[in-house]
Amino acid sequence: MSSPPHTPRSSPVPDVLVVGGGIVGLVTAWRAAQRGLLTALVDPEPGGGAAQVAAGMLAAVTELHYGEETLLALNLASARRYPGFAAELTELTGHDLGYRRCGTLAVALDADDRAHLRELHALQQRSGLESEWLSGRECRRLEPMLAPGVRGGLRVDGDHQIDPRRLARALVAACGHAGVVFHRVWAERLAVGRGDRATGVVTADGTVLEAGQVVLAGGSLSGRLAGVPEAVLPPVRPVKGQVLRLTMPPTPGPLLNRTVRAVVRGNHVYLVPRESGELVVGATSEELGWDTTVTAGGVYELLRDAHELVPGITELPLTETRAGLRPGSPDNAPLLGPTTLDGLLLATGHYRNGVLLTPVTGDVMADVLTGGELPRQARPFSPRRFGAAAALSEQPA
Amino acid sequence: MADDPFVLGGASYASRLIMGTGGAPSLDVLERALVASGTELTTVAMRRVDASVHGSVLSVLERLGIRVLPNTAGCFTAGEAVLTARLAREALGTDLVKLEVIADERTLLPDPVELLDAAETLVDDGFTVLPYTNDDPVLARKLEDVGCAAIMPLGSPIGSGLGIRNPHNFQLIVEHARVPVILDAGAGTASDAALAMELGCAGVMLASAVTRAQEPVLMASAMRAGVEAGRLARRAGRIPRRHFAEASSPAEGMAVLDPERPAF
Repeated sequence: MSSPPHTPRSSPVPDVLVVGGGIVGLVTAWRAAQRGLLTALVDPEPGGGAAQVAAGMLAAVTELHYGEETLLALNLASARRYPGFAAELTELTGHDLGYRRCGTLAVALDADDRAHLRELHALQQRSGLESEWLSGRECRRLEPMLAPGVRGGLRVDGDHQIDPRRLARALVAACGHAGVVFHRVWAERLAVGRGDRATGVVTADGTVLEAGQVVLAGGSLSGRLAGVPEAVLPPVRPVKGQVLRLTMPPTPGPLLNRTVRAVVRGNHVYLVPRESGELVVGATSEELGWDTTVTAGGVYELLRDAHELVPGITELPLTETRAGLRPGSPDNAPLLGPTTLDGLLLATGHYRNGVLLTPVTGDVMADVLTGGELPRQARPFSPRRFGAAAALSEQPA
Repeated sequence: MADDPFVLGGASYASRLIMGTGGAPSLDVLERALVASGTELTTVAMRRVDASVHGSVLSVLERLGIRVLPNTAGCFTAGEAVLTARLAREALGTDLVKLEVIADERTLLPDPVELLDAAETLVDDGFTVLPYTNDDPVLARKLEDVGCAAIMPLGSPIGSGLGIRNPHNFQLIVEHARVPVILDAGAGTASDAALAMELGCAGVMLASAVTRAQEPVLMASAMRAGVEAGRLARRAGRIPRRHFAEASSPAEGMAVLDPERPAF
């Protein structure tokens, strides 16, 4: 920078500065401000980020994977908070979030996929989750537009959906209501003061934004903020997802009544029908760095698999194709709470579950920002769990 | 096993298990599974990674000191496979390539005609080519003739976990090959890996069997043990199969323990 850094004197130093205005940063800032903390947020475009691409499935049950039981507990805790969270946001801001308690149907299209789904069902049952096995015919009675080849499925009435774009808009409005100050610039570098303490950030125009505590909530960019010591830098990588949006006609009735998903010969595909008529089809999962181009192959594979699942979609207008970056962490779980650098906290690495985990993330971060400690349910997600990762890999097998 | 190194493309490895990375539930689980497997060589799909990104699967391999074997997964023509191999060489600085040219998405079986063409081109271009091939002894011989550094026949289709469906073909391939033969695709559990080694394979390559197992880290340990057991058994030389029993303890000269009863 050619001009020396300067600090605006017009406003007092806030208690909390949130770096990143995606839904995770916004909910953190909103909840912190509600608890009486003077809060600021820095992002050139608050409300942007992965929420502009995500489908918004609140799928704690159908997203269950082997070995992710700890994450399941947090996912379920957040899913339970959703009704109250959505109602509070809507009442405060007047925004409809598209929160729809429609349930999810996960289906199989051949014998191999059916066996895979049966295994998932057994895992869900062992984990005490509610899901019901249906025959192919029963699936098609629920969703008549499904392909005749459906061999069976899982009905999960507890996996709902929300429109992440509406959620992001409502959170921006809620932050405004709560008095969060927005700095619409890029944060360039973390400022670390005497005694090794994070004191704020330096923005792209050289301004120093000071704060008592800094929360890094930069999504897939979280590992890239300059000035963060190597040992504290979150191990977050971008995982690209391409997503399509189609439009369902208002008549003669809904094409689908609930979220439908499947593993089609090993590829995951989902169709999320909104009340607005939007039908979201996703998503690829690609480790290609920061690339967000939409590719012919990505669109082809999504449409191929979605068409196999619901042949009628080929009649619909294809209105949008877009790619976003999931913030992937080494164990697929978020990083929440204080780091080993005083004054620096993380709220990042939410990977596939950012929208689902938004309510619990806001509450947990507000707790730790006001009380200094993570609540019990969030302790497994402390960023400090990765401090020992290097040592772990050196253990003899 | 220090006294029995695995030599492949001019390099020597203590482990005979080559791992793949596809299908892992998380990078963390993948890392622990790779450590448990003891592998020193691991394939990565070049169409699915960007070598310049920090924190990706390539960073994990670098941290663990595992050599990267780029593959051409997802290619349907010789042209695509050759291009992908060249991009991989540029990005990773390695001449090694696991060559895959797939015929169709339903079976993921190799396309033998395209495979042979691509292998010939890449060998001429200075690559160390490790082709993923059908378990066809004739095709294996042709791949060797064009200069491939190993032959990697499938036991059964990729990800099927059906094991080695035609052990006899494997024996024929092993008997005639002067380059290492490596089981590629089909292993579902540890006994499949052991069988491949007993049949004379020099190594085993697998991914799904570990990454999609309920406990990938445990299965990686099992595969490591399976490969080692099978290799030891091959070197030891198994006993011939017999139709009738042959007692392992001699009956002659046994002590009479009960004086009331006569010994037979």
